[in-house]
Amino acid sequence: MAVTSRTAWLTTDSPTSRRQARLGQLYRQWLAFRRNRLALAGLGIVVALLLIAAFAPLLAPQDPLAQNLPGRLQPPSWQHLFGTDSLGRDIYSRIVYGTRVTLVIVILVVILVGPIGLLIGAASGYLGGWVDRLLMRITDVFLAFPRLVLALAFVAALGPGLENAVIAIAITAWPPYARVARAETLIIRSQDYIAAVRLQGASQWRIVWKHVVPMCLPSLIVRTTLDMAGIILTAAGLGFLGLGAQPPIPEWGAMISAGREQIFDQWWVATFPGLAICIVALGFNLLGDGLRDVMDQR
Amino acid sequence: MTATPAIAVEKLNVFFGDSHVVKDLSFTVSPGESYGIVGESGSGKSTVLRVLAGLNRDWSGAVAILGESQPKLRSKAFYRSSQMVFQDPYGSLHPKKTVDDTLAEPLTIHGLGDAQARIGRAMSDVGLPASFRFRYPHQLSGGQRQRVAIARALVLEPTILLLDEPTSALDVSIQAEVLNLLTSLRHARKLTYILVSHDLAVVAHMCERLLVMQFGAGVEEMTAATLAARAPKTDYARQLLTASEGFRRAG
Repeated sequence: MAVTSRTAWLTTDSPTSRRQARLGQLYRQWLAFRRNRLALAGLGIVVALLLIAAFAPLLAPQDPLAQNLPGRLQPPSWQHLFGTDSLGRDIYSRIVYGTRVTLVIVILVVILVGPIGLLIGAASGYLGGWVDRLLMRITDVFLAFPRLVLALAFVAALGPGLENAVIAIAITAWPPYARVARAETLIIRSQDYIAAVRLQGASQWRIVWKHVVPMCLPSLIVRTTLDMAGIILTAAGLGFLGLGAQPPIPEWGAMISAGREQIFDQWWVATFPGLAICIVALGFNLLGDGLRDVMDQR
Repeated sequence: MTATPAIAVEKLNVFFGDSHVVKDLSFTVSPGESYGIVGESGSGKSTVLRVLAGLNRDWSGAVAILGESQPKLRSKAFYRSSQMVFQDPYGSLHPKKTVDDTLAEPLTIHGLGDAQARIGRAMSDVGLPASFRFRYPHQLSGGQRQRVAIARALVLEPTILLLDEPTSALDVSIQAEVLNLLTSLRHARKLTYILVSHDLAVVAHMCERLLVMQFGAGVEEMTAATLAARAPKTDYARQLLTASEGFRRAG
């Protein structure tokens, strides 16, 4: 009874408050999203990643940093599910703790990149003229270099480390977002609903922020989610090259790098972190695809 | 007729690149009058409206609204006196904003208090039930959307309403409803209308005087009586009239 009345409240034709209208809209999107099995699987993976990161101390049987040199390079067993690495550390525990590192990278990059790309793109597209030319040429400069190479150059200049890796990835990741936001804005700015707000005497800042940005947001959210896989791989790549997270931090890319020497004799050292990267990247990709179907429809 | 016209346009010229879109156009509209601009597509009639509304800033000539000469960049006060209703109700409402958001926005911009009551009044004036207040545009029909657009134009209580083919995107039955609504609003609020249309029947129904435009120039200005008597002076106006009648017989 309670459930049906709540559904009715969400799906009503005549909501009685802004909040109800907005929640109803979200609920309708969720219903559409739920029909997509693969997207649900992606959401499941991402939620699992969040839960594992939150409860890492409970899930990991051992300290991810505890070394045990006599028990080094042991194959997977009940005691060490994924085996041990060259310093005798439990790989399973390190992968569990590695989710935290991955999440930190992903969240920091998104917080840095999303708003910057969105604002630069929307301002460039809406204002046009010399603002547009200046901002887009700067964007061109960043787009002219391959992303990983540019990130490498920045980390090398800033010095290796997790924070610097995040900054380097953020600096190299925003230009495509600015481009997407600009393209969207160019379409939106000529719409009658924007002309109508201009006719009400709204300032340019208000038009960009309150009327253009909400229309760009869905495609940017989708793009971010799809890009997440790339960000994780870039972070792993930097870790692999020794420029990202520094030992003994359990970062997946760095773990693969450490297992490189034993890849033929002790396959498990590099395989399990690789699988973890693969699954998480896949999860974000599936989630992004599902979100695109739901949010980007017109 | 009073001394100061609501709208006075003198020698208006608009260029889009090399093409001369509006040529030396002059006309005046008295307060409370409903003035029609008729012409085929590409005749520059919508451009005139966008110049009047301040959306097009690239023009030369003189435009005076309520006796005040208007600069290219309009003041905030101008927007309270003149508002516009667009042709396509599917494009003129922000898809991610509820009716309430759309109507509240002009009030916030102009810092007008009492938003709840004003929104409620604007909605009842255009015949929208209060239950529609928190709906999104995609939950409304074309006619309902156009009513929201009219309510948005009226919420600032302007005296001049610029109508850009307000019914051409709607079904015939809905067209009549919206036109009747516009007529009764004009009488109730003493509004001045400029109605741009390619449909002579709509203009004959709504307007007291009208201007026929061709290739960006005014061809003939006439009263609704002249139109009803089918006695336009110029050839082009006669052609337009015959064309619309022929269409009416066939349809």
